[in-house]
Amino acid sequence: MTALAVDIRREGLRRALQAGAPVYLLLAALLVAIAVADPGFFEPDRLLAFAKRSAPLVILAAGQYLVIVSGGYDLSVGSLVTVGVVVAAETFNEFPGAPWPAVVALLLAGGALVGLANGLIVAVLRVPSFIATLGMMLILEGAVFYWTQGSPHGSLPEDFRALGRGNAVGSLPWAVVICLAVGTATVLLMRAAFGRTLLATGDNERAAALAGVRVARIRLAVFTLSGLAAAIAAVLVGGFSGISAQAGRGDEFEAITAVVLGGAALGGGAGSVVAAMAGAFSLQALFTLLNLHGVSGALESTVQGLIVIAAVWLGAVNWSRVRRRPATTTPRGEA
Amino acid sequence: MALLTMTGISKSFFGVPVLADVDLSLAAGEVHAVVGENGAGKSTLMKVLAGVHAPDAGTIEIDGHPVTFGHPSRAQAAGVATIYQELTLLPERTVAENIFLGREPTRHGLIHRAAMDGRTAELLGELAEDSFGPRTPVRTLSVAQQQVVEIVKSLATDARILIMDEPTAALADHEVELLYALVRRLAERGLGILYVSHRLREVFDLSQQITVLKDGRLVTTLRTADTDVDQVVRAMVGRELSAYYPDRATPGEVGRPRLSVNGGRNAKLSGIDLELRAGEVVGVAGLQGSGRTSLARAMFGAGPFTAGEMRVDGAPLRPTAPRQAIHAGIALVTEDRKAEGLALRQTVRDNALLVARATRRKGIAVGDVLERVRLRARGHDQPVRYLSGGNQQKVVIAKWLGMRPKVLIFDEPTRGVDVGAKAAIHDLVRELARDGMAVLIISSELPELIGMSDRVLIMREGSIAGELPAGPSEEDIMRLATGGRTND
Repeated sequence: MTALAVDIRREGLRRALQAGAPVYLLLAALLVAIAVADPGFFEPDRLLAFAKRSAPLVILAAGQYLVIVSGGYDLSVGSLVTVGVVVAAETFNEFPGAPWPAVVALLLAGGALVGLANGLIVAVLRVPSFIATLGMMLILEGAVFYWTQGSPHGSLPEDFRALGRGNAVGSLPWAVVICLAVGTATVLLMRAAFGRTLLATGDNERAAALAGVRVARIRLAVFTLSGLAAAIAAVLVGGFSGISAQAGRGDEFEAITAVVLGGAALGGGAGSVVAAMAGAFSLQALFTLLNLHGVSGALESTVQGLIVIAAVWLGAVNWSRVRRRPATTTPRGEA
Repeated sequence: MALLTMTGISKSFFGVPVLADVDLSLAAGEVHAVVGENGAGKSTLMKVLAGVHAPDAGTIEIDGHPVTFGHPSRAQAAGVATIYQELTLLPERTVAENIFLGREPTRHGLIHRAAMDGRTAELLGELAEDSFGPRTPVRTLSVAQQQVVEIVKSLATDARILIMDEPTAALADHEVELLYALVRRLAERGLGILYVSHRLREVFDLSQQITVLKDGRLVTTLRTADTDVDQVVRAMVGRELSAYYPDRATPGEVGRPRLSVNGGRNAKLSGIDLELRAGEVVGVAGLQGSGRTSLARAMFGAGPFTAGEMRVDGAPLRPTAPRQAIHAGIALVTEDRKAEGLALRQTVRDNALLVARATRRKGIAVGDVLERVRLRARGHDQPVRYLSGGNQQKVVIAKWLGMRPKVLIFDEPTRGVDVGAKAAIHDLVRELARDGMAVLIISSELPELIGMSDRVLIMREGSIAGELPAGPSEEDIMRLATGGRTND
């Protein structure tokens, strides 16, 4: 009876951990640490500013999450953000009076198209996604550099930039509204038949195919959505920081780090999208904290490298095994 | 004196005895066949001799000297070589490089290629093999030729005992003849050969002694000259049918044809003609590699027929992907539950709904379906990997019930399932047939096949070798499955 109760409790804990509970603890700890260093951080305006700054990464993490649980990676999203910002700038340069919704629509369509191309390369040509999207990243980077000669010019009009830095109502930034919308949509998607099938496919592609799942279509959909998420992030980044050929640089790795922090299994099949987005907030909070303590921004990628390794290591450790290890006497490889 | 004597060999895996007190002896120049049903322990016995598994008890003597092998390399050094079912050659390297892999002759610290090629040519010459040379890349060789390379490789290590595990499984008929000649030549050279095979015809053609194993025990060792196929088959089977099975279909319960195949063939199958009727459970027997699983996959569109005609409820169907077969109402419970049946980290509910979601079928009451298969689980939201094998299998079946299949194919329906769940699955299979589905069961467990089937199709070498009515004897099935009848 007691053993069963303990068993159930342990099971519940284990499932909670799997659903990404550590990332919420991490996020809470980081926020406390920030509050200690800078008590003013929790004023509504600054908190919202933090959320606004985090929004692009959170959106990228949601897109990356879809790709990772299906069993792949999307390394092209960072350069897709760069392309989005540069294309927006050049479009407004060419057509100064262009209505901003048209430009946003152009970016979204372009992002989805690049994602679809990634999906086709992975699903139809059967190039592993790591290589396919690495290739796409290099293609896009080179294209931007060639097109802009390394320094994009022009400027983005105020109404377009409002999406990234302005407020929707009161002091609620558009970026936060868009981020919430993307998050809600992804959660709903994961609860629908599509999401359940996506997880099953990431878990066991062969079993899914033998159950009639159109695996190739799922791949196409997932990469298209990731490209779309990157385009949305590009709109926000462009608005927030303006034109730069540096915009979006390294974002793909930040997004992957965020998803991994959220406890998603690399190789697919397990993970929660909310935890992945919490992972993005955690990463942003960590950068903020380092900043507050005067750690050079140049070290950001070093820190990120450490935590991505640590997160995957911790995720791979079988905790029940670690705890029982002293009791086992059988040397490995005996079985 | 015997070249090899194995005495009292026992081996268990995870507490399950696989070999119990088995004796075997082999003389130089002798071909000694080892036969038995699937799971009789043949391969394990061979692996003990090859040093892959350490025996729990028993002794092995070579030339009267006791030996213990902690590792396959020790067995090799003692003169035991194995030709496995799957070939283990490196395709991109030459014949000579493969033969001397890991022990290349050297001169001044560099590989002495000329010596390597020369020695290989010599050995090939001894075996009268002239269809390829030492420098031929292995990838250009046929399976039969690769087998010769494997054999030469064992000769190059001065092997004295050669284990051949189902050597003809991958060979065409004319290649089998060449292998016979080769085996005889090797025996003449004084090698002792242990020949493991399902195919009794080969066993009688080649061997001087036959050892029969059943359920991990030695049944008997017979001199080939003093026995016949019937005696060997009786020794291989002959087990009591004790378990309970649900009642078979009455003639009134068997209805219209739901699936038929005429002249179905592909790379692994030929001349497949069969008809599955509503309300009927049809069994498929056959030895490993006889094409049972290929047949199931062909009907399901995963490894499709390339010729012939298939109909489901009268409508022609040529599935080239599982999805098409599923839409036509065909379901397949695969043999390997973990690799092909379930997404182990997903919940019971998500697995049970996988097919319904993939085929956009709405309104499936997952609770009802899981109740129907009598799932015993703490809830439907736990990952399936925590379920017992029997309950996992029930989830796999539940996955298919939502689409109301017309034809339900089970490949090894109760593999890795405990006794209680086994009976529940047997009842369920019969119940589904009574509901009007046509059921096909592939099983390596003859008692199950005999107990469940309204008739049994027996496969051999990719074709249907025969059909037996309800309640056939194991002997009759084995005779057809091994091709024993042609030995006259």
